[in-house]
Amino acid sequence: MEMLIFLLFAALALGSSLVVVLHRNPIYATISLVLTLFCVAVLFVLLGAPFLGVLQVLIYTGAIVVLFLFVIMLLNIQKQGRDESAFAGQGLQAAGAIGGAIVFFLLVGLALWRSGLPELHPLTADLVALKGLSRDLFAEYLLPFEIVGLLLLVAVIGATVVARKPPEDGPATKTNPEGAEL
Amino acid sequence: MSVPIHWYLLLAAAMFCIGAAGALTRRNGISIFLSIELMLNAANLTLVAYSRLLDVRTGQLVVFFVLAVAAAEAAVGLALFIAVFRQRHTIDLNRINLMRW
Repeated sequence: MEMLIFLLFAALALGSSLVVVLHRNPIYATISLVLTLFCVAVLFVLLGAPFLGVLQVLIYTGAIVVLFLFVIMLLNIQKQGRDESAFAGQGLQAAGAIGGAIVFFLLVGLALWRSGLPELHPLTADLVALKGLSRDLFAEYLLPFEIVGLLLLVAVIGATVVARKPPEDGPATKTNPEGAEL
Repeated sequence: MSVPIHWYLLLAAAMFCIGAAGALTRRNGISIFLSIELMLNAANLTLVAYSRLLDVRTGQLVVFFVLAVAAAEAAVGLALFIAVFRQRHTIDLNRINLMRW
């Protein structure tokens, strides 16, 4: 049963991640990323991290991907995205990148084959329980937790400032003579 | 029947390679960002798999921080794209070469 679920969602994750990379229209690529992230969330649950699976669905597919979709709609780059064929006019570079990726994958496979990782033992309740995770997070990892909170605050303020529309007669419009507006 | 841990690691490696190839070959800024998210997720899958294998929670905690940093990165990066699009009317990274040598 576990094997069946793994195979189904692993195949779905691989296929949808290929669509993310290969599809010309960024909107379809983003929707396909939602599918990939959901499949990875299911695999998290299989690996004994249900809280991370929930977080993945909530934060990634609920917040980050929606942000992507909003920006795609704001920029209206759908047409540009269509014009760009995935590998046009850069055959050698694309072949190099894909070849490098395949070589990397084969190396990882070889390393895993040679490594002789031990068999999995059954899931322990201690690993799955949210209690232990939260205790670790708020005791041992409290300082990184606070730093990450500060980082998020800075990122939100920074994103707001960067994406703000420049004032009409401010210095921003002087350096930009055509006065580009959305 | 239990799934061997190798399969999870191989799947994560495959997803990472797909993301890396995409980030190197695509030219649309948004597509490159999507590929980077794919690579981050593959790394997260590896961390959770090793967390399961070694029966410790550290990997899961690191994934928690990676999620937060990915959210911050996406917010700032997309804001930068909006700012660049206002100036240049494109986010084709081959045409945004101000800082390229």
